[in-house]
Amino acid sequence: MKPDAVTDTFTGDRGLQLEEPLIFEQDAPGRCAVDLPEPPKVAPRLGKLARRGPIGLPGLSEPQVVRHYTRLSQKNYAIDMGIYPLGSCTMKHNPRLNERMARLPGLGDAHPLLPERAAQGAFELMDRIAHWLKTLTGMPAVALSPGAGAHGELCGMMAIRAALDDRGDTRRRVLVPQSAHGTNPATAVACGFTVDPIPADAGGRVDLAAFREKLGTDVAAIMLTNPNTCGLFERDIVTIADALHEAGGYFYCDGANFNAIVGRVRPGDLGIDCMHINLHKTFSTPHGGGGPGAGPVVFSEALAPYIPLPYVVRDANGFRLVEHDGTGKSFGRLKGFHGQMGMFIRALAYMMSHGGDGLAQASGDAVLNANYILASLKNDMTPAFPGTCMHEALFDDEFLKGTGVSTLDVAKAMIDEGFHPMTMYFPLIVHGALLIEPTETESKDSLDRFVAAMQALARAARAGDAARFSEAPRFSPRRRLDETAAARHPVLRWKPPAPASEAAE
Amino acid sequence: MRYLPLTDTDRRAMLARIGVPSIDALYEDVPATARLKKKLDLPDHLGELEVERAIGGMAAKNIGAAGVPFFIGGGAYRHHVPASVDYLIQRGEFLTSYTPYQPEVTQGTLQYLFEFQTQVALLTGMEVANASMYDGATSAAEAVMMAMRITRRNRAIVSGGLHPHYLAVARTHARFLGFELDAGAADPEGRETLAAKIDENTACVIVQYPSVFGQLADLRALAEACHEKGALLVVAVTEIVSLGALESPGAMGADIVVAEGQSIGNALSFGGPYLGLFAAREKFVRQMPGRLVGETLDADGRRGWVLTLSTREQHIRREKATSNICTNSGLCALAFTIHLTLLGEEGYRRLAALNHAAAVRLADRLCAVTGVTPLNQSFFNEFTLRLPKPAAEIVDRLAERRILAGVPASRFWPDDPALANLLIVAATETNTDADFEAFGAALAECLR
Amino acid sequence: MSEVWFTDEHEWIRIEGDVGTVGITEYAQEQLGDVVFVELPEVGRKVQKGKDMAVVESVKAASEVYAPVTGEIVEVNSGLVNEPATVNADAAGAGWFCKIRLADRGELRGLMDAAAYGKFVEGLS
Repeated sequence: MKPDAVTDTFTGDRGLQLEEPLIFEQDAPGRCAVDLPEPPKVAPRLGKLARRGPIGLPGLSEPQVVRHYTRLSQKNYAIDMGIYPLGSCTMKHNPRLNERMARLPGLGDAHPLLPERAAQGAFELMDRIAHWLKTLTGMPAVALSPGAGAHGELCGMMAIRAALDDRGDTRRRVLVPQSAHGTNPATAVACGFTVDPIPADAGGRVDLAAFREKLGTDVAAIMLTNPNTCGLFERDIVTIADALHEAGGYFYCDGANFNAIVGRVRPGDLGIDCMHINLHKTFSTPHGGGGPGAGPVVFSEALAPYIPLPYVVRDANGFRLVEHDGTGKSFGRLKGFHGQMGMFIRALAYMMSHGGDGLAQASGDAVLNANYILASLKNDMTPAFPGTCMHEALFDDEFLKGTGVSTLDVAKAMIDEGFHPMTMYFPLIVHGALLIEPTETESKDSLDRFVAAMQALARAARAGDAARFSEAPRFSPRRRLDETAAARHPVLRWKPPAPASEAAE
Repeated sequence: MRYLPLTDTDRRAMLARIGVPSIDALYEDVPATARLKKKLDLPDHLGELEVERAIGGMAAKNIGAAGVPFFIGGGAYRHHVPASVDYLIQRGEFLTSYTPYQPEVTQGTLQYLFEFQTQVALLTGMEVANASMYDGATSAAEAVMMAMRITRRNRAIVSGGLHPHYLAVARTHARFLGFELDAGAADPEGRETLAAKIDENTACVIVQYPSVFGQLADLRALAEACHEKGALLVVAVTEIVSLGALESPGAMGADIVVAEGQSIGNALSFGGPYLGLFAAREKFVRQMPGRLVGETLDADGRRGWVLTLSTREQHIRREKATSNICTNSGLCALAFTIHLTLLGEEGYRRLAALNHAAAVRLADRLCAVTGVTPLNQSFFNEFTLRLPKPAAEIVDRLAERRILAGVPASRFWPDDPALANLLIVAATETNTDADFEAFGAALAECLR
Repeated sequence: MSEVWFTDEHEWIRIEGDVGTVGITEYAQEQLGDVVFVELPEVGRKVQKGKDMAVVESVKAASEVYAPVTGEIVEVNSGLVNEPATVNADAAGAGWFCKIRLADRGELRGLMDAAAYGKFVEGLS
């Protein structure tokens, strides 16, 4: 046996980095990891639609399945392992208490279509988290059903459109800062609006003069993130809200960065009409490798009549679910069933664990941690804007000028140092952006290690150590992957290899 | 507070480096009127025990599906999930990881999603599948919109057998995007003829298989009728286990298949989080919403995976994105793929056979009750009964006896008196003969 | 003898008779990086000067390609569908996107010649 060319070991594995083939490459026909009884003999009633031919699923035993997914898990970085400094993602610790609560009998195994009297505890829980969200935001109404942040954006903008339709108003222009996340303009278009971008000023905030110039009686809404995607609080937000309302428009607030202000500022006091909240960001529900999330939306009095179905109400007899629209004003249903109940349970456990006092402490620590990083790195890297920040610190790539090292290269070198990279190239208004959000659950030791590593990398780049960056990552389970080839000739599933006789021809 | 690592000593040292006197000083951009002066009307922090008591108290007020005779379906189903699934999905490297935008350190997520995409394509009989969506209902709406993009037409025909939540979500999008939905009346007996409605303005026909009433229909003729007029056939599947026993929609000519994946690997959880499956013909892949994982090589020539065809998505195309969807159902997709891997070919087919056999035995037992008539000639694990009285009150009375008897059609169609006496019931591998007997006996008593 | 004109959105158009062949410039392909996909208009489609005509995608970005003149698409370079890399290899030649039958030759007066475009690009860096 010859050693593998890449790993210099015989197996191709290296230490605890174990290669793992696809499940389809481990198939033994007839093998099964579940013991199911023989089905009783019945006369089938499948109407001649019984499946013919094999499906093609592979057969493995339980030990193989457990080993397969265990090995796959070992190729992932995670919050449980180390700092995950992705800006605007709020990668905070995911408490395991939340997982236990979501699985409680009576909640985890509650069917959404239970008769109402058999689901009073579930409705009570939804009502309870609704109360927390309304109190924390200072808003009178909330829609719990959206399944993710972008879905919540859709909910907010659909309610605005419904309100406009209801008063016969045909305005369609929506103002969106150029620094906004791409979901904002995509959402506006999905609701039949047109998008008009507003530039940022030199300080990284919405250019107030430009906003006033663009404002008109054909402006349906503004979509503002606050704190914004540069990690800064929009100082002029109340002025903007007042001007917008006077012109007859609505204020949609993207709540992705709520972690900076939760428990300290109520967005309702800033003049917003609706705001989506990412339970998987601010309220610790796990990111799960890309989902599921939850994106409830709080609403002002003006928009409350239009909220989507279904929603929970309380009367003398207890809790009820309103699934069919009595008033005719709801804009309709956004999702099957009632919303991401599993995430409500987790988020409520998190809220109750922190309490009002803990949440205010958490947001303060989040802002403190980000500023500590900004202050510690401002001499070795280039902050994009002057002054302090909120919960995330934004740098541009000026400090890399002339080194031949790009923001992307820095990110890949961080992987070799044992970190997941920060958010890169977002927001678009900053060149080569590096956006760092530590969250409040990082210790000072963790921040100091991170700062030391970033300083060392910045200095290495300026000292001309280009190979460290161009070759990176060298030590991760895979090195840089060819994304061009993946996009030019997409291979999106496994296919069985061609039979040997065909290959021989 | 157990989740906050900073000590007051830490905070002082950090404030000194930053050069501000207090954390409050970092909030100076907040307008004074908006800075909270007093505490919010919320309770203070609690330890784990107190949180468990509070939430446990709410859980105790519901009738969970475990340990009672249980027959509710209607788009979400009680199945047995093997013990390994829940342990594996709670590994921190899966639970607390992010979207795999840095593929070098997220090959675990990318590989399981690639395997998931393959499994979904195999089950549905289609060529390509995405890495999942929020749920079946939103997937169905996205499929209709995708059909409109492909055909450049703006009218869809909707079967009277489609789950009302799926129709309602599509209606919401239709209202804001200005397209037309031609939705037939509810079709409990499976008698509708959709082919006659298809014309040159039709982007697609969308049907559910099995229907919300459990009816089965061969879709081949409908697929041909669509294709003759340049329209697409969209098929929605709410019970993914059915594809272990039934011909796949792909084999019958479907162009896009969407499904609710909850039945495999995922708890009922009062309606969410669930799992949208989305599959289509390869030629349509650039019009597909959602994330896609593709295979490639790394700098050492080793096989690996990446998110690909991202330029369809909102974070790049912005206003011109195929949809505004940002997220997939990650952990739910992982639960699905682990459970399906445990089942394999043999297990999945046997699971489906057990489900069908249970439903057949249930049907026999219930139809022996005087006054109860079945509407279905054929079904998989769910079917519809006509009772001599309104079904909703029967369901409530049976719930008082802790028998969860199914979904009264009036729950979905409260304003249609013709449907008031219809009850939709489901049976799975988790039901026993004792369950069927308890249901039959109690139903007979209630109908006396 | 054919004339080549340039737009400030980095499209070029080579005129032969009343038909113009359109592509993106060398500068544009360099800025884009590896091209992974090209979305071409259908033959017969009417396009407007300055409005969307095609889309060119790299891994991280999708860019609109605008029609340099008003007219009708008479031919498209379908070879780009299987070999999008041609746009990178030979943007000015084999990487052409489509051919337009001009509705109004007068529109060419508003475009830049090679020298003017060269100066324009210099000003950008």
